[in-house]
Amino acid sequence: MKVLVAVKRVIDYNVKIRVKPDNSDVDLTNVKMAMNPFCEIAVEEAVRLKEKGVATEVVAVTVGPKAAQEQLRTALALGADRAIHVQTDERVESLGAAKALAKVVEAEQPELTILGKQAIDSDNNQTGQMLAALTGRPQGTFASAVVVEDGKLKVTREIDGGLQTVELALPAIVTTDLRLNEPRYAKLPDIMKAKKKPLDTKTPEELGVEVASRLTLVKVEPPAERQGGVKVGSVDELVDKLKNEAKVIS
Amino acid sequence: MSILVLAEQHDGQLAETTAHVVAAAKAIGGDIDVLVAGEHVGAIAEAAARLDGVSRVRVADSAVYAHQLAEPLGELLVALADDYSHVLAAATTTGKNVMPRLAALKDVAQLSEIIAVESADTFKRPIYAGNAIATVQSPDALKVMTVRATAFDAVAETGAASVEAVETVVDNALSRFVGEELASSDRPELGAAKVVISGGRGMGSGDNFTLLEGIADKLGAAIGASRAAVDAGFVPNDMQVGQTGKIVAPELYIAVGISGAIQHLAGMKDSKVIVAINKDEEAPIFQVADYGLVGDLFEILPELESKL
Ligand SMILES: Cc1cc2nc3c(=O)[nH]c(=O)nc-3n(C[C@H](O)[C@H](O)[C@H](O)COP(=O)(O)OP(=O)(O)OC[C@H]3O[C@@H](n4cnc5c(N)ncnc54)[C@H](O)[C@@H]3O)c2cc1C
Ligand SMILES: Nc1ncnc2c1ncn2[C@@H]1O[C@H](COP(=O)(O)O)[C@@H](O)[C@H]1O
Repeated sequence: MKVLVAVKRVIDYNVKIRVKPDNSDVDLTNVKMAMNPFCEIAVEEAVRLKEKGVATEVVAVTVGPKAAQEQLRTALALGADRAIHVQTDERVESLGAAKALAKVVEAEQPELTILGKQAIDSDNNQTGQMLAALTGRPQGTFASAVVVEDGKLKVTREIDGGLQTVELALPAIVTTDLRLNEPRYAKLPDIMKAKKKPLDTKTPEELGVEVASRLTLVKVEPPAERQGGVKVGSVDELVDKLKNEAKVIS
Repeated sequence: MSILVLAEQHDGQLAETTAHVVAAAKAIGGDIDVLVAGEHVGAIAEAAARLDGVSRVRVADSAVYAHQLAEPLGELLVALADDYSHVLAAATTTGKNVMPRLAALKDVAQLSEIIAVESADTFKRPIYAGNAIATVQSPDALKVMTVRATAFDAVAETGAASVEAVETVVDNALSRFVGEELASSDRPELGAAKVVISGGRGMGSGDNFTLLEGIADKLGAAIGASRAAVDAGFVPNDMQVGQTGKIVAPELYIAVGISGAIQHLAGMKDSKVIVAINKDEEAPIFQVADYGLVGDLFEILPELESKL
């Protein structure tokens, strides 16, 4: 079966972000960018399905600026067979991304599409669910295990109360949670080979979709800073402070 | 304006979070309906009817909604949404699972995890693991959003809304519930607890979490964990606090053997008082802690338990 994996270019998760002085947005100039960590898990899962002989082809896709091709090359180095770049300089949010991805799903007809559960920049946690709704495919979100069995998909989901298992008809959409797998690192020879793998570029116009976000970003502010407190010297002092100063225990 | 709030269920009861989402709806202003969808949910509907500010509870009682599967629940919301200007749910795994489907099928954006209502079309929400707060305005006729429960005080239970059945038949050929493994605990729910004590990689093993239990018993606390503790298999996933786990804001948060990565801080830095116990005096957790105690948790925890 064919597996499609959606990857997003985001700020590296280790970077501490800065808000622009004019409060118009966060400042991404000269900031290290990377593949969204949940997308790394998505690529890894697709590649493992191929290694197990369940998947026959892995196609990576992104919606974003020219520079997002770096993340597609990373996906190719990690084992994807080819890539599709829906190129745009618009500010794309989840709905726009989902609409473009729906067109790619329509054209490619993957049996399984894997996305991250959440992009760590917008913290939206929407795109996979939107894609499922737009394509009329079932969804297995926040997956910690995915098994293809008798033409169906069994997905174990990390939910607030614990774990839930659902069975989905194929074709289906899955979003990854942290425990699904531990992604590998790309090896140098694979990074070299990835440069020669096919990467197809399309525009939203060619796909017939509007991807620009309709939401207005009115302003972006830093959060209220927490004042660091004091160090206490002993358990006795801690208990005393909690009782008599903070008054949070009795 | 009229607002629909999707009720959250927990162990066959109305979850606490719903009262917080209704508070967000009140801040928007307008008539508030609550939708209770599930199987045998009469008692949940009655509890929802007592929430202050709610004028009507709409009940969709059917086996198809029994496990809150996203496909049928989404279709039900789509069928009802035309009556409303706003549809709200808690930013729980259920809310996050279904609300984007409603938004996509109505061709509108979804606002995730709002923390403040500026006006009926403008809201604040955290982005980048809470390291920035965005004010976002939506031009869409229908606003679909999830609400961070800890950011809104629960409404009282003095209301008396009417309860009406919803006759919308939805079937579901796409997904099937197979089973679940739910954590059972006599402790308060993480998101609602007044005190939370969390353990990290420094705990060393799952067995060592018993060191936290004695303290949690004395304080009536819920027990949480860092991602590293969950990934290592010390404790189950439902205990993860952070950017991609649960958000908590208790009166007292005690972080034990947790370094304080931004992804963890995102889930707990709105706590009223933070205590950090860590053997590394340089650990970033101390930068947000009101009270820091440097030392070995294996010595500190038994002593703390005995002195509470
Ligand atoms: C996409 C993504 C999402 C993430 N989401 C989350 C999330 O939701 N929640 C989350 O928590 N993390 C999350 N993380 C992980 C986060 O970046 C950190 O890796 C994680 O929080 C570290 O956990 P820790 O503090 O328990 O472990 P460590 O960073 O290893 O810290 C262990 C601490 O224990 C202390 N220690 C060790 N032994 C003792 C002892 N005997 N006594 C006292 N102290 C001791 C050490 O000094 C150290 O500070 C996410 C990461 C990514 C990439
Ligand atoms: N612009 C995009 N291009 C490709 N995939 C995306 C894009 N935006 C979101 N996604 C996918 O959707 C997941 C969740 O993102 P979100 O719902 O926006 O938080 C990401 O991990 C990606 O797999």
